Amino acid sequence: MKPFKALLTASTFLGAATAASATDLEVTHWWTSGGEAAAVAEFAKAFDASGHKWVDGAIAGGGSTARPIMISRITGGDPMGATQFNHGRQAEELVEAGLVRDLTDLAEAEGWRDVIAAPSLLESCTLDGKIYCVPINIHSWQWLWLSNKAFEDAGIPVPTNWDEFVAAAPKLREAGKVPLAMGGQPWQRKGAFDVLMNALGGKDLTLKVYQDKDAEVAAGPEVAKIFAAAADAREMAEGSNVQDWNQATNMVITDQAGGQIMGDWAQGEFQVAGEVAGEDYTCLPGLGVNEIISTDGDAFYFPVLDDEEQSKAQEDLASVMFNATTQVAFNLKKGSLPIRKDVDLNAANDCMKKGLDILLEGGVVTSVNQLITPDTNTQIEGLMTEFFSDKNITPEDAQARFAEIIASAE
Amino acid sequence: MPSARPSQLFRNLNAKIASIPMILTAVVVFLGGTIWTVVYSFTNSKLLPRMRWVGFDQYERLWDTNRWLISIENLAIFGVLSLIFSMVIGFLLAALLDQKIRFEDTFRTIFLYPFALSFIVTGLIWQWLLNPDFGVQSVVRSLGFDGFNFDPLYNADIVIYGILIAALWQGTGLVMCLMLAGLRGIDEDIWKAARIDGIPMWKTYLFIVIPMMRPVLITALVIVATGIVKVYDLVVAQTGGGPGIASEVPAKYVYDMMFLSQNLGQGFAASTMMLLTVIIVVVPWAYLEFGGKGKRHG
Amino acid sequence: MAEAGLIDHTDAAAGSHSRALEGPRGARPRRVLSRRNIILYGTLFVVAVYYLLPLYVMIVTSLKGMPEIRLGNVFSPPVEITFEPWVKAWATACTGLNCDGLSRGFWNSVRITIPSVVLSIAIASVNGYALANWRFKGANLFFTILIVGAFIPYQVMLYPIVIILREMGIYGTLTGLVLVHSVFGMPILTLLFRNYFTSVPEELFKAARVDGAGFWGIYFKIMLPMSLPIFVVAMILQVTGIWNDFLFGVVYTKPDIYPMTVQLNNIVNSVQGVKEYNVNMAATLLTGLVPLVVYFVSGKLFVRGIAAGAVKG
Repeated sequence: MKPFKALLTASTFLGAATAASATDLEVTHWWTSGGEAAAVAEFAKAFDASGHKWVDGAIAGGGSTARPIMISRITGGDPMGATQFNHGRQAEELVEAGLVRDLTDLAEAEGWRDVIAAPSLLESCTLDGKIYCVPINIHSWQWLWLSNKAFEDAGIPVPTNWDEFVAAAPKLREAGKVPLAMGGQPWQRKGAFDVLMNALGGKDLTLKVYQDKDAEVAAGPEVAKIFAAAADAREMAEGSNVQDWNQATNMVITDQAGGQIMGDWAQGEFQVAGEVAGEDYTCLPGLGVNEIISTDGDAFYFPVLDDEEQSKAQEDLASVMFNATTQVAFNLKKGSLPIRKDVDLNAANDCMKKGLDILLEGGVVTSVNQLITPDTNTQIEGLMTEFFSDKNITPEDAQARFAEIIASAE
Repeated sequence: MPSARPSQLFRNLNAKIASIPMILTAVVVFLGGTIWTVVYSFTNSKLLPRMRWVGFDQYERLWDTNRWLISIENLAIFGVLSLIFSMVIGFLLAALLDQKIRFEDTFRTIFLYPFALSFIVTGLIWQWLLNPDFGVQSVVRSLGFDGFNFDPLYNADIVIYGILIAALWQGTGLVMCLMLAGLRGIDEDIWKAARIDGIPMWKTYLFIVIPMMRPVLITALVIVATGIVKVYDLVVAQTGGGPGIASEVPAKYVYDMMFLSQNLGQGFAASTMMLLTVIIVVVPWAYLEFGGKGKRHG
Repeated sequence: MAEAGLIDHTDAAAGSHSRALEGPRGARPRRVLSRRNIILYGTLFVVAVYYLLPLYVMIVTSLKGMPEIRLGNVFSPPVEITFEPWVKAWATACTGLNCDGLSRGFWNSVRITIPSVVLSIAIASVNGYALANWRFKGANLFFTILIVGAFIPYQVMLYPIVIILREMGIYGTLTGLVLVHSVFGMPILTLLFRNYFTSVPEELFKAARVDGAGFWGIYFKIMLPMSLPIFVVAMILQVTGIWNDFLFGVVYTKPDIYPMTVQLNNIVNSVQGVKEYNVNMAATLLTGLVPLVVYFVSGKLFVRGIAAGAVKG
């Protein structure tokens, strides 16, 4: 391992100059829809320009499809060159097993720490002080999207925070609108709950529950308030018979629904529909209560390869992904925020700029995905799915089960 | 013959050689894989299979999980109904096609074509047809029946029947084909004899033909049953397990645990329970079916 | 010669076989507009409509533009017929960076399906034959294991198979994938053939034995020609299963031999962004076309009474 590392360091310095011989590198990712694919193409273009060749292994279906592929390919002794993966605790085990390439030397040589937009981004790639992945974008969850027209129809002003929104719900119902659009998939419901906790309970509460796994707090009065708010949301969401998040967003776009709690990727839908922020729709980061955003996002991992040339190409790819120019090109297409603070995003729209400002002011909370294991995550998702679709479950019961899950979480 | 002494091993040698792939598959893949799975179900393997012993923890958690219990209940309802309906419908369709009808090819292909479509798409298309806002319900309502209610996929109490409709649509064609192959194996003389004796057609089917088709019926039964136990894609595409967790099934629990929760141990424990149930049901039956009557020896 | 004797004893079977290929023999009386016929065809027609309704919706949807689909009624015929979704699904839909639609994986799927189907049916039919007619000690034990194995969810076997393939040195190759398909097709197919061969009259088998025909001789000369319908069923099962497989194709191979379903999955199953239902439907129909053609063509072998007549022995 030692000489290998020395070699790595050496090649890092030579890296830019030699751009070396062309090597094919297979990259697995799950970005297959229009905008996503266009964004990935920016990476591929930049990588090909460095003299290598990007071999595309796109598979739709997200992490649950990618995981079996990745594990099989690694245990089968034939790993891909690079793969998208949810960062945070999901890849922990791969790193521990020594299957993932250590990128610390490259990161230090290129000074990633100095230019990163929020320290938590690199932290989620770090285990025992070493960096194992390249964060490539920032998505945040904590947004409330409101249809201006829906409130106009109901004859009330557009709310400026969650409480006003809840108070406006009866009027919206009278006007024949569904107050809150919410898709049926588990991740959407769990996401909305976490947003309520972030926004109404604040950063400290979120960390106590999810980072410290404090079961007492989870069973306590502060979290009870969150569950009461979730019960409000459940009532407001009644009548939203959709599954996918973008179908729910579409309810807001077509003014059938008052609003939706969803991540910043919802913005793309408004843009495609030709809606203008501020005129047609309103975005409230942190539900207008507590202006903090999380740094969820995507990252790429590089499995350890035997082939020296391919290892070199991996490094070039990592460098290309972190590069300021590629970052801008990629994120404008993807609709997410770049992970570097030394880039300029003039093309961003109002809502994106709001997010950027909050980010630079440090209004950042660690993403829940980075705090809990996927296992715990699914358990909570299950609970929320049940809670939001079954009115017979009282907030108290749900909270008791929530506290149990937190108590047994690792 | 090269072997002079009538060794037990060399008796029936050709059949044994021909069965080598089967024996290897049974022992190495299925038995080996099963043992591997059972062993790792006692560990707390997460993303990677690892030997970290935790005893029965995974099983305790499994039987403590509401979702698993609902999954089993759903599988029971879905299993019994889909077994009965696909066998009965499959047989009736095959019997109809066996009446020396015209356009047999066309009808057969019509009944069979859904089988060619992947579950993902079957789920999607039935999700549309059963959607209350633009599917069957809205069409019937627009015809003037305002009170017509048919939204199985959005009603937790009956969602499993919505999945059943799609599953039957997709799967009965194959059962029909099997039954048809069985019917085609029935000797014409039997029909003639029955007709001469004046036995009504339905009686001939019920008391003469069906008992003769026993082997094919068993094949169909096993095919349908394995499909039921493994039902996964259809649920994912049609309801995603919803509303809430009302249409969860065991295979989805296994898959989600393994690849979504990254909790291999829990997934293996769940699949071990599934397998155990199958063994309890299948092995005694298989013993009676395959073990008892030593019909032919070469 | 044994050969001649064999033919003597089995000409009934062979005769019925050739007769069978001529199509249905009109043994039962038939009037064109009898009550029986009205009920028969009426029922078939109604059932056919139920089976065809979803197909109708798929075709209609695949010919509509997206704005028209958003308007709602899934049953209404397209106002403006467009073939663009079909062209897009086949030739230009993007899978990540490769924008050549389903066409990309089509030949890969063919390359995977043909050897897998042939190999799995060959192995399983011989297995079934051995189990039905040449039973040896312990055979039923292996067979029972096989049947229980058919109930294991595929996903559970994913990792053990990886280890086996790696040890054999064929992980990530076409050979490996073909082998995996053969292995997972084996339980059901073996059962299928075993049970069908069991129902073949014993006299036929014994007569051939008397004539000195061996294991392979009987298999090729008697069993094979008599079992066309069951071979058709086996083919239907395997072609469909293997052509539609996504999981094994994606886990045990590499992007350059990914089957067509990987593209189908990418078109139909994209997690984010707008769903293009018309392209989804066109892609689905295109992918389903190959099994459909197989059903229709091979179905011709399904004609009445192939084994009939042979029963007399």
